[in-house]
Amino acid sequence: MDVEILARIQFAFTIAFHYIYPPLSIGLGLVMVVFESLYIRTKNEEYHVLAKFWTKIFALTFGIGVVTGIVMEFEFGTNWAVYSRYVGDIFGSALAAEGIFAFALESGFLGVLLFGWNRVKPWVHLVSTIGVFLGSMFSAIWIVVANSWQQTPAGYHIVGEGFNARAEITDFWAMVFNPSSVDRILHVWLGAFLAGAFLILSVHAYYILKGRFVAISKKAFKLTLVVATIFSLGQLVTGHSSADGVAKNQPAKLAAMEGHFDASGPADMYLLGWVDKQNQEVTGLKIPGGLSFLIDYDFEAPVTGLNAFPEEDRPSQLNAVFQFYHLMITIGMFLIALSLYACFQWWRGKLFDKRWLLWTFVVTAFLPQIANQVGWFAAEMGRQPWVVYGLLRTSDAFSQAVSANQVLFSLILFMVVYTLLFLLFVYLLNKKIKHGPYDDSEESDRPLTKEITGVLTGN
Amino acid sequence: METFLGLDYPTWWFLVIGALFSGYAILDGFDFGAGAWHLFFEKEHSRRVALNAVGPVWDGNEVWLVIGGGALFAGFPVLYATLFSSMYVPFMLFLVCIIFRAISIEFRGKEEMQWWRRTWDIGYSVSSILLAFLLGVILGNVLQGIAIGPQYQYQGAGFFEFLNPYALMTGTTTLALFMVHGAIYLLLKTEGRLFTKLTLLLKKSIIFFMLSFGITTLYTLLYIPHLSDAFKNNSILFAVPLATFFSIANVPRLAKKGKYRGAFFFSCVTIALLLTLVAIELYPTLLFSTVDPTYSIDVYNAAASTKTLRIMMLMVAIGGPLVLGYTYFVYRTFRGKVILDETSY
Ligand code: HDD
Ligand code: HEM
Ligand code: HEM
Repeated sequence: MDVEILARIQFAFTIAFHYIYPPLSIGLGLVMVVFESLYIRTKNEEYHVLAKFWTKIFALTFGIGVVTGIVMEFEFGTNWAVYSRYVGDIFGSALAAEGIFAFALESGFLGVLLFGWNRVKPWVHLVSTIGVFLGSMFSAIWIVVANSWQQTPAGYHIVGEGFNARAEITDFWAMVFNPSSVDRILHVWLGAFLAGAFLILSVHAYYILKGRFVAISKKAFKLTLVVATIFSLGQLVTGHSSADGVAKNQPAKLAAMEGHFDASGPADMYLLGWVDKQNQEVTGLKIPGGLSFLIDYDFEAPVTGLNAFPEEDRPSQLNAVFQFYHLMITIGMFLIALSLYACFQWWRGKLFDKRWLLWTFVVTAFLPQIANQVGWFAAEMGRQPWVVYGLLRTSDAFSQAVSANQVLFSLILFMVVYTLLFLLFVYLLNKKIKHGPYDDSEESDRPLTKEITGVLTGN
Repeated sequence: METFLGLDYPTWWFLVIGALFSGYAILDGFDFGAGAWHLFFEKEHSRRVALNAVGPVWDGNEVWLVIGGGALFAGFPVLYATLFSSMYVPFMLFLVCIIFRAISIEFRGKEEMQWWRRTWDIGYSVSSILLAFLLGVILGNVLQGIAIGPQYQYQGAGFFEFLNPYALMTGTTTLALFMVHGAIYLLLKTEGRLFTKLTLLLKKSIIFFMLSFGITTLYTLLYIPHLSDAFKNNSILFAVPLATFFSIANVPRLAKKGKYRGAFFFSCVTIALLLTLVAIELYPTLLFSTVDPTYSIDVYNAAASTKTLRIMMLMVAIGGPLVLGYTYFVYRTFRGKVILDETSY
């Protein structure tokens, strides 16, 4: 295999692995802020217990998020040297802003969040939790700005030619607010909230099913269900407006997402399907004219299709883009249906009576994760063959100084290390969940830890 | 070229990055140093205390690396691209060690089994040692120069070329320096037998550092003449090596008197001054080409546009005080000797 392919595999592998953790950290952060604020307002120990419990799990996801993220930051220089020179002016500033404004905030307060429970006043601790959460939100902003600029470049001009060509900033704010960044930041944030919320729902549903920590879990479940419902509905809105943006700014990507080949004609929307690239056909279940309608509110409106682009400017993995995109949407719809249905049962007062519903929540924790991954794969593979859309091709962007053997070496190294990391993560997560928010070996279902009993009885 | 307070923007940015890297070396320096000592402590309790001395701060320290990397990417994209792609293997090893170190800290305390804790103890200590050493190796190669050809393209033989004698010396010196620095930090955070043990270890590590530093300096003067040009041309600059010498001498002097805060202050200053020396030796070059000096990368041909540099300066002006603020807040919260509680590692 050549350097380009290996570098792409390595990048995709390391970023996809990284992206397991940040959404969890961001999403858990949000709910931790909610629990802890409630504790400060109501002085109800249960919220304190919940906040502490989820902080422990957060520590796990955060730690792995940090180390795998550092790899990402340096990988641009190691594997994509031409790209780094080309976009350093722009991409570099977004990354530096991320470091200064986001990561510093995040990790500055992290120490107090994790180890400061007994050292600072409760409100100072809450401020630290909020600091960490805001830091993680900001870091998503800057990294998505950088990525969105690659998708829809703006606020720059190209100086130099051939080898020396590079993009320079002409207008900083136009670069930051490039045509896709706002939509995508919102979409990425919400995706992260969903990842966190559904993990919490899953764990507490499991406790309720097993008859452990029941009272506290019901409380946590209801609160988190509200969060999950709001944001899964919101995700439809931000997703739709992202799709609108893609239609405007990256027509070739949109055409790939829906398998629309006609250079200009009404476009269908598929619920499921299979793309046959050779014969330019999609077989599946469709709403005729659906895509035209979504974009122009007219079933007949012409939409630019793949054939409008020269062969070398089209994404090559059409079926993959199509499948990933549709899987994300299917999951999005399922999350909406599930959370609305659960709210309905809650309203009827039967939320916790249906065991199958709780079991569904237990397994649903994986779905937002999968949607996050395939969403990125659809967005990134749909951008190909460009690294910077319309400006720099992926095949021109990799490091010339690095040999295939070196990349193969590092790729294998990462695969080994990340596999180990993942196994450890799953093992420890499982252990923490099995243990639960407090030690219930003596008092099986009472939201009182020994610690609280201690406080109440005064010793 | 546009200037600001009499200096052009690439030069300003050179200073900013220098400051960021010094901050990084000072902060992660003590926690790499503390990690390097880890296996010297035999008791479980000592190891826990030592680990928790860096527990709440190591992540914040590492952020300086992240900011420094981002700043290098933004300020000198050409250097970022060439440096990291040329030294591909050393940097990949560096990243893997960063991962191992972090997870060792994170996971060690999660199980009681002895084999579990021992494994992570070794992971923590070995990766800390390798990290300090690799940083020194990279520094040594930057000082000596690497085989850069036309179009900033590396033409050398790769990994083993980077393990040359000089780089091994700078690697060892860096490790020794961080071990001194880390031992003093731990002295500030510990009590009892561990404290007594550390006072002995500190003495040995100071001797070790002095030796390797002396040899490295001698070698530099004899075999890498381009590094002393700046001093030959401008004798005022001799103040810096002099100050460095004075600062190093203060470390054992204050340590002997048991004034560890003062000693720590001077070990921080020493690291900053050593990097200042490096900066003087390099400027305006960033990476010498051993193929032909015209291929060298300097602050001018590597810099981003003036507009970007100006925006970034503004970011540093706003963000810098914030970063220092958070740093101060954490260190204040966890000041004094380590106290273990149920949230500790
Ligand atoms: C800020 C930049 C950035 C961000 C946030 C992401 N990517 Fe990306 N991605 C790139 C910048 C990039 C890139 C540097 O532009 C790559 C490397 C090679 C390429 O073609 O584009 C790329 C390639 C790339 C590829 C290979 C595409 C191909 O070769 O066909 C995949 C699968 C992903 N990315 C997946 C992801 C995932 C799962 C992300 C979720 C976090 C993600 N990307 C975020
Ligand atoms: C190629 C793209 C990416 C790069 C270069 C990158 C870089 C980094 C780096 C260097 C860190 C460690 C920072 C520290 O020490 O605290 C990190 C962690 C983090 N990243 Fe990424 N990242 C990328 C993609 C993303 C995306 C797409 C998101 C979110 C939408 C994200 C969100 C975070 C968050 C929240 C953390 C903090 C750790 C955690 O919460 O687990 N990153 N990233
Ligand atoms: C409900 C219907 C949804 C629609 C219509 C939708 C639409 C889209 C579109 C059009 C993109 C591509 C944006 C671009 O390339 O610029 C995208 C990307 C993405 N989606 Fe979705 N999405 C939906 C649900 C979800 C859900 C439920 C999640 C996760 C929980 C999710 C996570 C992502 C992520 C992480 C990306 C990549 C980042 C980005 O490009 O914004 N999506 N989505």
